[in-house]
Amino acid sequence: MDPLLLSRIQFAANISFHILFPTITIALGWVLLYFKLRYARSGDYAWMRLYFTWVKVFALTFALGVVSGITMSFQFGTNWPGFMESVGNIAGPLLAYEVLTAFFLEAVFLGIMLFGFRKVSSRVHTLATLLVAAGTTLSAVWILSLNSWMHTPAGFEMRDGVAYPTDWLAIVFNPSFPYRLTHMLLASGLTVAFLVAGLSALRYLAGDRSEAMWKALRTGTALGALLIPVQIVVGDLHGLNTLEHQPAKVAAMEANWQTRSHVPLVLFAWPDEEARENRFELSIPNGASIILRHSPSGVVPGLDDFEGEHPPVAPVFFAFRVMVGIGLLMLLVSWAGVYYLFRRQRLPRPLALVMVPMALSGWVAVLAGWYTTEIGRQPWLVQDVLATADAVGPVAGGSVAFTLAGYLTLYVVLTLVYLGVLVHLSLKAAREGDRSPDPAVSERPLDQPVASG
Amino acid sequence: MIDWSYMMPLVFAALMGVSILVYVILDGFDLGIGILFAAARPDEKDTMIAAIGPFWDANETWLVLAVGLLLVAFPIAHGIILTALYLPVFALLVGLILRGVAFDFRAKVPTHRKRRWDFLFCVGSLTAALSQGYMLGVYVLGLNQGWAAVAFALLVAVCLAAAYAAMGAAWLIYKTEDGLQAKAVVWLRQALVFTAAGMAAVSLATPFASPRIFDKWFTWPEVALLAPLPIAAAALFGWLFFLTFRLPDRGDRHALKPFLYLALVFTLGFAGLAYSFYPYVVPEQITIWQAAAATESLAVILVGTAFVLPVIAGYTLYAYRVFGGKATDLRYD
Repeated sequence: MDPLLLSRIQFAANISFHILFPTITIALGWVLLYFKLRYARSGDYAWMRLYFTWVKVFALTFALGVVSGITMSFQFGTNWPGFMESVGNIAGPLLAYEVLTAFFLEAVFLGIMLFGFRKVSSRVHTLATLLVAAGTTLSAVWILSLNSWMHTPAGFEMRDGVAYPTDWLAIVFNPSFPYRLTHMLLASGLTVAFLVAGLSALRYLAGDRSEAMWKALRTGTALGALLIPVQIVVGDLHGLNTLEHQPAKVAAMEANWQTRSHVPLVLFAWPDEEARENRFELSIPNGASIILRHSPSGVVPGLDDFEGEHPPVAPVFFAFRVMVGIGLLMLLVSWAGVYYLFRRQRLPRPLALVMVPMALSGWVAVLAGWYTTEIGRQPWLVQDVLATADAVGPVAGGSVAFTLAGYLTLYVVLTLVYLGVLVHLSLKAAREGDRSPDPAVSERPLDQPVASG
Repeated sequence: MIDWSYMMPLVFAALMGVSILVYVILDGFDLGIGILFAAARPDEKDTMIAAIGPFWDANETWLVLAVGLLLVAFPIAHGIILTALYLPVFALLVGLILRGVAFDFRAKVPTHRKRRWDFLFCVGSLTAALSQGYMLGVYVLGLNQGWAAVAFALLVAVCLAAAYAAMGAAWLIYKTEDGLQAKAVVWLRQALVFTAAGMAAVSLATPFASPRIFDKWFTWPEVALLAPLPIAAAALFGWLFFLTFRLPDRGDRHALKPFLYLALVFTLGFAGLAYSFYPYVVPEQITIWQAAAATESLAVILVGTAFVLPVIAGYTLYAYRVFGGKATDLRYD
């Protein structure tokens, strides 16, 4: 068995499993802070009930993010020793700063955020929530800086096959970093928006008409409706940035086999890598030229410029379409939701039935987007600097196959249990409705009653 | 004038050593409590979880820091050590994953499924502890994986798990009362025997695994400087063993002492290992200077560390103070 392919599948499995959870915690931290601040300002218990329901989701998601993240830090060494040997001088400090500035901050204050409501004053509890949210976001900043550097390396020089930093500002703020970071943070916001809306719709369908349910439903739907147009614009800008720095990736995304003008926008096709052409193509004339060059006669680079060194076309092409398709679906559902929830003050049952599965739409779109950009970078691990095949370690294929099977089993089981617990927690909250005990009433910790029932 | 290309690897080796030690002490009691789940009643388990609930996440972060420092400061060593320990690392990670998720799942799944996750919490903690001990054993013998080395590593694995169980019991003596506290005293006493045996085994094996380390230990005057380490450790063990017969004491006196003394024993053992292996990061193969990343990159990390580490220490102490005293029920609301 080929250790390179197995190691790639294993890393893809690990990172796919991992990213599901930070995607939720990054934005959910801020949503929880919003709930807490709304409670602090209005004194309306419904906000605090929402906080307690969703902080459990946060705790669970955070734990899964932590344990799957530890796996990643070991796998650099177990499977990809060539990565750190070659670009460790760049990647090392970025990873170290993530641990030092973000991981400890979120991990330590998480305890106070989760279990400290009756131990500290309400203000300190709010501060702990803020610090955890800031920590998760800061973590995303560092890791996306490193990932962006792997796509658009800058600020370094190569000496004997090893990268040495020359300009740290250029490394951290490399050309694709601002676009990728914004795109990912918005994706996180959208994932949480649809998760909150979807699980609230589930509560609605289970007969829950509590104030907390309505508040969460409106918050999630409105957040989704606000973020999705911004995301479409930012995604477009990110694509133009990729065209500038990684044209082969864009050529694969568009399944454009020849460099030419008047390139159509391919809506659907079956890219045939053997024949180097598309089968069953359905396209809009001049579409890609207009989107990428803002002119029908704009010349768009094609795969023939990169023959033998471009990424596999079909996975990038399809992953990109899945992401865009879900984005459009999000636009439709969230705007329909805003119309009904804020103008008509009700939720039609069919819309609720659509919103429940849309709870996971963010996950699918995030995975599809990451597959687009990461497979789109192949055959490079660090664009034009380090080939993926040169970074793999000397571990036997059999060992990798064994661990891969173990990880996959574990990940599938844990994902299913996680989703089961989310549904269980939502239905439990639906049953309790507004009858759950009243939370704290004062700023001082000792006055926060331990409610009975 | 300081020669930074000489100093920097030393500083990072020290930082990494401190992170590993802090991890072993802090997550040691978390893992130990997981192992002790095997001997606890269902109602006691909730209290045991409450004793570590607000802390375990941050404790585990020290492992991320330690591995992260190995990764960023000694990238070549990170690759060699982790590829050599490929399967034990897998076992460790599966253990840590199970332990971490079981911690959260047990409190959130429907009640009738709770016991399943209690079981996995114990299995995960035990797996993580055993694989850490196994890796320590293989590392001490210079990443040698012959059958004798494997047998030795298995012995170390059992003893490290026992040592963690002792830490867990000591933490419970500090954090709990009444019946569970009395039980923890008995657990501590039993686990101490294995812990002492394990430390003795590692201490004996280390010099015989390498002539270089043998010379480092048994030449004059080093032997005189080194002798206080094992003597102090043995004295602490003996003292702690006799203390367990007095615990729990009136007015809960000495409740924190077992934990502090065990932490001190761990520190002594760790100092002995560090002394033996210095200056190698991969035993007998690669020194910290050969494995170190570029001085410029390490400098960038060091500047940040100097500012951030005291802040981390500060807010960690704050969190321990907020959740100080005897463990109470963990409540979100």
